[in-house]
Order: sequence, then C-alpha cells, then structure tokens
Amino acid sequence: MKLYRSFVQPYLFWMGVFIVVPMLLILFYAFTTSGNNIISFRFTLDNFIRFGEPIFLRVLLRSLSIALTTTIISILIGYPVAYLISQSNERMQTLLILLITIPMWINMLVRTYAWIGILSENGLINSFLAWLGLPTLNLMYTDFAVILGMVYNFLPFMILSIYTVLAKLDKALIQASYDLGANKFQTFTKIILPLSVPGIISGITLVFLPAVSTFVIPKFLGGGNYVLIGNLIETQFITVGQWNFGSAISMIMASVIMLSMFITKRFDQDIEEIQSRKEVG
Amino acid sequence: MVGSKKAIISSIVMIGGVLLFFYLPILILMIFSFNDSRSLTSWAGFSLRWYQDLLSSRDVASAVTTTIIVALISTVVATFVGTLTAIGLSKSKKIVKDVVNSVNNLPILNPEIVTAIGMMLLFSAMNIPRGYITLLLAHISFSIPYVILTILPKLRSLDPNLAEAAMDLGATPWQALTKVIVPQITPGILAGALIAFTMSFDDFVISYFVTGAGVKNISILVYTMSRRINPSINALSTLMVLVITIVLVLINVLPMFKKKERMPIE
Repeated sequence: MKLYRSFVQPYLFWMGVFIVVPMLLILFYAFTTSGNNIISFRFTLDNFIRFGEPIFLRVLLRSLSIALTTTIISILIGYPVAYLISQSNERMQTLLILLITIPMWINMLVRTYAWIGILSENGLINSFLAWLGLPTLNLMYTDFAVILGMVYNFLPFMILSIYTVLAKLDKALIQASYDLGANKFQTFTKIILPLSVPGIISGITLVFLPAVSTFVIPKFLGGGNYVLIGNLIETQFITVGQWNFGSAISMIMASVIMLSMFITKRFDQDIEEIQSRKEVG
Repeated sequence: MVGSKKAIISSIVMIGGVLLFFYLPILILMIFSFNDSRSLTSWAGFSLRWYQDLLSSRDVASAVTTTIIVALISTVVATFVGTLTAIGLSKSKKIVKDVVNSVNNLPILNPEIVTAIGMMLLFSAMNIPRGYITLLLAHISFSIPYVILTILPKLRSLDPNLAEAAMDLGATPWQALTKVIVPQITPGILAGALIAFTMSFDDFVISYFVTGAGVKNISILVYTMSRRINPSINALSTLMVLVITIVLVLINVLPMFKKKERMPIE
C-alpha cells in the first residue's frame, strides 16, 4: 500500500507551510522588536512586559469574566433544554434539533447585527417600554448587551453537545435506578447528571473558546470603546500595525485558553475518579 | 416519558422560549428589510427599496461573486486533498497519523483569530500581496482538517483488505481506489465537502485578516456596512437566511423521503 501511503505527503508539506510556520511566526514576532526580518532581528521580552500594564491586564480579566458568565448562563439554560429535548419522542427530537441547528448556520455577523435594532436607544425594546409609559433602558453598549450577544451566538453549541450525550444515555440505567428505589431527583443527580458531564465539558469548550476571543460581538453590541482581548488583537494588526505586540497578546490569550481547558479537563477527570472510587467502595 | 401536565407545560415553555429567543431577532431583522424608512424600529410601510439598493450595488455583487467563487474553489481543492490524505492516513503508520492529527488540531482548538493572524504573518513573510490568492489559500487550509476529520471515520469502518482484494482480482491500484474505495466513502466525502463549503461561505475572522486590495466576501461587507444603521444589511441578511434555510431543509428532508422509499425493501 505504498502508493496510498504516499498520498499523505503533499498534505504533510502543506500542513507544515500553512499551519506550523504561521504558529512559529507568531512566536517569532512576539519575541522580537518591530522592524525585523528573518535575517536580522532583535530578541526582546518587551511585548510581554508591556502587557503587564494595568490597562491590558484589565482587558484580559474582563474578557475572561465575560466569557465565564456567558458559559455559566449557557449551561444553566442549555442543560434543561437539552434534557427536555432528549425526553421527547424521536420525531420531536429530530425536529427540535433541526430547529436548534438552523441558527448556527446563519452568519454570525448577521445574528449579532440583528440585536442592534432590538437593543438600541430607540430600538424595539425601548419603543415598547415607552409605549407602556415606562422609562427607557440603556441596553446597548453595556456588558449586558455583549453577554446577551454571546449567549445568543453560542448557546446552540452548548445545547447540542449536552443533548448528544443525553440522547446516547442507556435508558436501562435510569430504569434500574427507579427499580432500586431512587426517586426522580436522586436518579437525576446520581445517574443522569454525572453521566452527562462529558457533554457539559465539550459544551464549555465550544462556548468559552469563541467567547474569549471574539471581536465582532463586542464591536457590534459593546460599541467602539468596548475593548475585549479580541478587539485588542484586531487593533494591533489592522489599525495600529504593531504586529509584535499583537502576536504577544495572541500568545498570552492562547496560553490562558489552553490553561483553562486543561483545568476543565482535570476537573472532569477528578469527577470520574471520585465516581470510580465510589463504585469500588 | 410520561410526565404530569405541569411538567409538559413547563417543558413546552422552556423549549419554546429558547426557540423564540433564537428566531425572534432574525425574524425582526427580516421584517424590517421590507420597511420603507431607514429606521429599524418604526414601521413606515412595505417597500422593496432596500432590495433594489442591494441589487444595484456593485460592492454587493462583487462580494457575492467573491464569496461563491472562493467557496467553490476552496471546497473542490480541500475535498480532493482531504480525501487523498485521509485515504493515505488510513494506510499509514501510527506515528504519521498522530502527527497529522495533532497538527490538524491546532487550528481547530486555537481561537480563529490566532489562526488568522498566523496566516497574515505567513503571507507577509512570503511576500504574497493580500487579496484573492491569499483568501483562497487560507480557505483551503482551514477546510482541509475538517474534511479529513469527516472522512477518516468512514475509512475506519471499511474492511482494511478491500483494496488488496480488488487488486487480487486484477484491478490496478488506481482502479481499486476509484472503483472500490472512493464509492464506499462517498457519503463521507460529500459531508466533508458540505462542511468545507459552508465554512468558507460563512467565514469572517480569517478572511478579514488575510484579504486586502478591496477584495471582500459577504461577511466582510456586512462588517464594514454595519458601522452605520443600514437596512440594506437587513435585506442581504434576509436573502442569506432564506438560502441557508432552504438548503438545510432540503438536506434534512430529502433523505427522509429516500428512507421511506427504501423502507419496504428492508
């Protein structure tokens, strides 16, 4: 099968050029001063030191807390919805999952833009409040608007990944739990919830990762002065042209994300370990 | 599961509420694309003026053409390379598989913006002027890993000796490939192509960073247009939503009919 094996070679080359080299270039830019080329360059840590300034650290913290809030809200709404869908009959499940999937295929910019007309100063919500004679609210350009936009965009991922696990759950286990005298609540907390943790974990990955790095949602719903880490990177590359600092920020962001994913996975393993110990004991 | 009436009602409210949350904003956006005034909130009568604006706009026409051409070419190339690579990988040593899988995971696990700036730096280092070519190269690159990921499981479920059997029966390796292996994994190849097409069609972040010289796809156009309130975006969005919904419904409904036709035979 040597012939077939050789089919991999073109892609090995392509992968090296278009995936590995770009990553190395980000590293290279992050650790060098501006105005460099590959032949003569100066190594520096200034780009990372600069990120230590309070303004930038605050942006990082804000991005993390907004993304975390989005993730928690997505679990709180997504879990019950996924659970209820998994409890309905098979035809209904197919239909509901299709209905949840369709919005995911609609362009993210369009979905985010849709909220501007609803939230803005004389948008639909405020027109409605004024019509009722109530004071209008300042909805646009707030944390609320940004988190709402993120939940709106990423919630389907959470629902789908929890649903996938719940739908595969062995119904016999639930039946067994009832037969052995557990009530509904016990069956849920002791059987269904622990078994669906992998779905929650993959949902967290699918929501938290884009929520930390997005720059479109804060720009549309948070306004020009609302800066999350994605906006910071965009500005460095598109507006200011400070590629070195921009690369350093991206590296920091990627490491923070990898660290949080690592912690989440660890947490998952710990839960599994506790469970297996319980089973043994 | 048979629940009490209360449980059924609360589950309808919960699921219905989420669906309303998903669809209402899009519906409102679509309705206001037919509004006669620039306002996105007060209704001034039915009109198609924003659609006329849209159709007469040269920017929109060129963005739509760019999006479709880039999506088509990148889908064809990514599907071809992805299929060949997946077939090669299924016969390769474990270490090759592991290397390809872990490198492919980089763009999947990394935030899009990191992949985007990596590409931007690459094109600048290679001195390729940003525009059509860079857009195309970037789209091909980010699609291939997904195509491979979709096809590999199909290959794994094939009998590993299938190609050898065909060759024992006198087929050349090329015939074994095109007449035996590829037909067996066609559903996987089509699914991979569909993923590649929609990813390219919808992409914003990577396109935004790697394009230049005025080359814009639909997403970039929406991004630059939406700085001001502009009902033309509503019109454009409405058309995009309609197209994608029709495609999705067709994809989901057609197989159901096919299954029904086949049912008696099973």
